Formats: sequence, C-alpha cells, structure tokens
Amino acid sequence: MIAYILCFILFLVGLYGVITRRNLVKIAVSLSIMEISTFLFFALLGYIDGGVAPIVDPADPAKVYVDPLPQALVLTAIVIGLATTAMLMAVIIRLYRKYGTFDIREIKNLRG
Amino acid sequence: MNPLIPLFVVTPLAGAFLIMIIGRYFEEFNKYFTSVLMLFLACISFYFLFLTGDRIFVYKVGGWEPVNRIPIGIYMVMDGFTAIVVCIINLIGFLSAFYSISYIKRYTAGNYFYALFCIMIGGMNGVVLSGDLFNIFVFLEISVISSYALVAFGVESNELEASFKYQILGGLASFLILFGIGFIYWKTKTLNIADIKVAFSRGHDKALYLFIQILLLSGFGLKAAIMPFHAWLPDAHSSAPSPISAMLSGIFIKAVGIYVIIRLFFNMFSVSEQIAFLITTLGTLSMVAGVFLAIGQWDIKRLLAYHSISQMGYVVMSVGIGMILISKSIKPEIASLAIAGGLFHLVNHAAFKGLLFLNAGAIEYTLGTRDLKEMGGLSKFMPVTSATSFIASMSISGIPPFNGFFSKLIIIIASVMAGYYLLAVLAVIVSVITLASFLKFQRYAFFNKSHDNNNKNVREVPFPMLFSMIVLSIICVLLSLLVIPGIREAILTPAIHVLTDPVKYSTSILAQ
Repeated sequence: MIAYILCFILFLVGLYGVITRRNLVKIAVSLSIMEISTFLFFALLGYIDGGVAPIVDPADPAKVYVDPLPQALVLTAIVIGLATTAMLMAVIIRLYRKYGTFDIREIKNLRG
Repeated sequence: MNPLIPLFVVTPLAGAFLIMIIGRYFEEFNKYFTSVLMLFLACISFYFLFLTGDRIFVYKVGGWEPVNRIPIGIYMVMDGFTAIVVCIINLIGFLSAFYSISYIKRYTAGNYFYALFCIMIGGMNGVVLSGDLFNIFVFLEISVISSYALVAFGVESNELEASFKYQILGGLASFLILFGIGFIYWKTKTLNIADIKVAFSRGHDKALYLFIQILLLSGFGLKAAIMPFHAWLPDAHSSAPSPISAMLSGIFIKAVGIYVIIRLFFNMFSVSEQIAFLITTLGTLSMVAGVFLAIGQWDIKRLLAYHSISQMGYVVMSVGIGMILISKSIKPEIASLAIAGGLFHLVNHAAFKGLLFLNAGAIEYTLGTRDLKEMGGLSKFMPVTSATSFIASMSISGIPPFNGFFSKLIIIIASVMAGYYLLAVLAVIVSVITLASFLKFQRYAFFNKSHDNNNKNVREVPFPMLFSMIVLSIICVLLSLLVIPGIREAILTPAIHVLTDPVKYSTSILAQ
C-alpha cells in the first residue's frame, strides 16, 4: 500500500510543479514527473507478490505469475508519453526563438 | 463481424504515410488524395448510418474470439450513436479537406498538413469506434498529438503560445484519464467497456466508484472544454488554420470529449443521481458563461470559439437532464426526449460551427485580418460567404426554419417537461444573447459601411472553399428534417435506445 501512496505523492509533486513553475522547460519536466507516476501506478497494478515473469511453464502449474497486461499497457503509454514530450519540447524551442526567454510571464499575447 | 468497420481507422492512417512518401515526388498529390479518401470514408459512414439501425456490429481485431464469454480481443463497436458521430466526423472532415485545397496556399509544407489531418481523422474515428477503454486512450492521444501540431502549424508567436497551453492542459487531462483507467483495471481486471459494466454490476466500492467517475469526468471534461476546464479552447481554436478550427470546434471536442463522456456514463457506469446532477450543473455553467465571454470579443475566431463552449453546454445540460431522470427512473419518455435534443444539437452544432469557421477562414483569406473592427461591407464583394454565414448565424441563434431552432426547441421543451424551469429560462436567455452576438458579427463583417479603401480588390474566394461552404449551408437547412417523425426514428432513435437501455449495450456485445 505504501508504494501506491508514494506514487500518488509523486503525481502531486508533478502537479505542484506544473502549477507553480514559471519556466517552460520546468513545466515540461513536471509534466513528465506526472507521467512517470502514472506509469508506476500501472506497473504496481500488475505486480503480484512472489510472482515471476509471465512465461507459462507447463511443468509447474502452481507457479504464480505477475499480470502481463498492465506491462503491455505501460509500454504503449511510454511510447505515447515520448511523443507528447517531444512535441512539447519542439514547441518550447520554437517559443524560445520567438521570445528569447523561457519565462512564462513574458509570453502572454493571448488574453480575454 | 463487419469487415468495413476497421477501414475508418486504417485508411486515414495508411493515407498519412502514403502522403508523406508519394507527396514528396508529386506536388499536387496530397490535396486531391486526401479529398478522395475523405469522400470515400464519408460514403461508407453514410452506408453505416442507414444500415445500423438498432443493431450493434462488433469487429474483433485479429479475430480473437471470447474465451468462456470473457472478451480478450480488442473490440470495435458500431451502434446507432457511433454511426451518427462517425458520420459527422467524416462528412465535416471531407468538406474541410476539400476547403483546404485553396486555403492551404497560405502555408508551406502541405504534405505535413495533410498527413497530420489524416492522422487526426483516424484517431477520432478510433476513439468513437473503440469498445475498449485503453484503446480510447491510445486513439485519443493519436488525434490529440496531431491536433497540437496543427494548432501550432502557423509557427508564429500566437500559435505557439496557444499550442503550449493546449499541450499542458491536454497532458494533464491524459494523465487523469490514464489514472482512471488504471483504477478501473485494478477493480475489474478487464478493459472492455461492456465487460466493465458487468463487473461493476456485481458489486463495487461506492467511494472508489465515485472517485473513478470524477477522474474520468474531469479528464474528458478537459478535452471537451466544459466550463471550469475551458481555458485552452479559445486560444487553440482561434490560432489553428481555419479548416482545422472547423474540425476542432465542429467535431474534435465532440468526438474525444462529449461522445466519450456520454458513452461511459450511460453504458459503462450505472447512472447515479449525484453525477447526473454534477454533469447538468457543469453544462448549464458552460452554456451561460460561454456566451457572456463571447459577447465582448472582436476577433471573429475567438468569438466563435467561445460560442462553441456555450453550445456544447446545451448538449451537456440536455443529456444531463436525461441522466437525472434515468437515475430517478421516472418519466422515461421525457428522458429520451432530452437526450434526443442533446444529440440533435450535437449534430447541428457540427454543421453550423464548421460552416462559421470556414466563413471566418474565407474572410481571413481575402482580407488577411480577423478583427471585426477592420471589416465591413463585405456582402457586396463576397455574396456567397455572406449568404452562407447568414444561414449559419441564424442556425446557431435558433431562428426557424434552420436546424438550431428545432434542437433548442426540443431541449427547452424537455427541460420544461422534466420540471427544470430555471434551465429552460436560461436556455432561452442564452439563445437571445447568442442572437445578439451574431447580429454584431453580421453587421460588422458584412453590412457595415466599409472604411477600408483596399476593399476594391476584395473578391470572392476560389471554388473549393465556396463548394464546402455551400454544401454545409445546405446541410444546415436539411438537418431540420430530422425532427420529422419518420426520419427521426431511422437516425436518432437507435442512438437513444442504446443510451437509455441500461443493459442492451453490454449484453449484446458480450453475446457476440
């Protein structure tokens, strides 16, 4: 249970970063922290105490396996997370070229 | 197993790759290929609209049959509600693609534009067709990432800023959704929507059930820009190229936001009164606040984007009233009427908001500005744009005989019959303010005296843009036919049956 709570705290750390940081790159990093905490949560869901890697062994039917499905899900989610982060970084670099700063307080054309 | 169902996802994704490869050698390939592809998809989506009726088609990807009646494969589901949404996605998608043939001359890198366009269509079709919660997430991310890129397509400072905001809030929404899916998998050990419904009905922890519902509601609410989560929408929708704005406002927020909320809360969770009440409140809030934010805008695309929030509020409010009545299990026929009003308004909004954004794009194409104060007297120079935008404005404000009038009428009648008089009054007031706002748009853009001497050079836009606008305005008028009983029963009623019947969706999918 303690692992789940730590995982949720990591999510909140990321959320705190997204809300309070002023630097575009730090916001992106905070978003990645949130992402990682979600992946950890999925990895924990599949974990079964004393389980081994899910390769079925016909000789030993009593063996306990970990749940492979969340692992497959988390792999997919990592790929998606990579695409999101790359896209975000590309936009941040473009913003830096336009404004010459990473400070979010300087970037406020769109209002109202 | 209907083999045509996966085409909705496969063709656009394959098309995107073909455009990137072949488009490198043939310059004009991307434009015409995308239009032909979208026309093909629109045709088969119409075929499904008339074929589906009350039946539910399931396509099991890879042919994985259920084991002991437990679904193990990935399911794609086509039912009455899906058929309607797929139809508007591909129809508006086709018209936007055709419109872009001329419009895209403003930008370089046409190949990237059309490839991203196709990926976005494929993702949206996937979200709508998927019968599996995790695949909804995957397709949602596919379409959302390409929409991030398309919002930033102009790579000027405004576009980049809008895309950054959109990405941060969109990323937040994705993690909330992923957390919700994780909790659901933890409790039910399945990801199939029909199976989750069965697993939850065997008994569940009340507090955790509510927590999952709130997580998913806030995640998809962020994607749908319901009121407290709306901050990104006006920036993102006004900064994108106009055909993409028409796609984003017309269908994107419906397909990845409203559609999924309706699908999950009717067919996966059992409707509870407190959540239904929450959804109705959020809908009313965005309906009222959206229109007040819109009325002070002078940038046409921002004005239209705020109206999207307001009009989506109508849909959410109306569906929420239906949910409240279902959860109390009283007056089932009025619940059906409220949901019918909501779905009808959803379809109508796709038509008229798509058209309005295309009009805004036409004005921007000729004048090069989006500021209402710098326009005026355009009705003389651009008669077709003026006429079509007049039809769309009257539709969105709810003036008979256009489609918006009938859907708003159904919503108001349903809320009066359900006993929510305050909501009915608010709906009428918001409609009047919408009318005022669009009269301002009409007056300043088309009928005011022109104060710009350059207006002598202003000409009507080229044929592809005119064609899309004219077709959409005809659709705006024709959609009012959906109130006629025979046509309504063929198209809207199957969708309502799927949503209002608590077990039909899950039992008929698990039986196949």
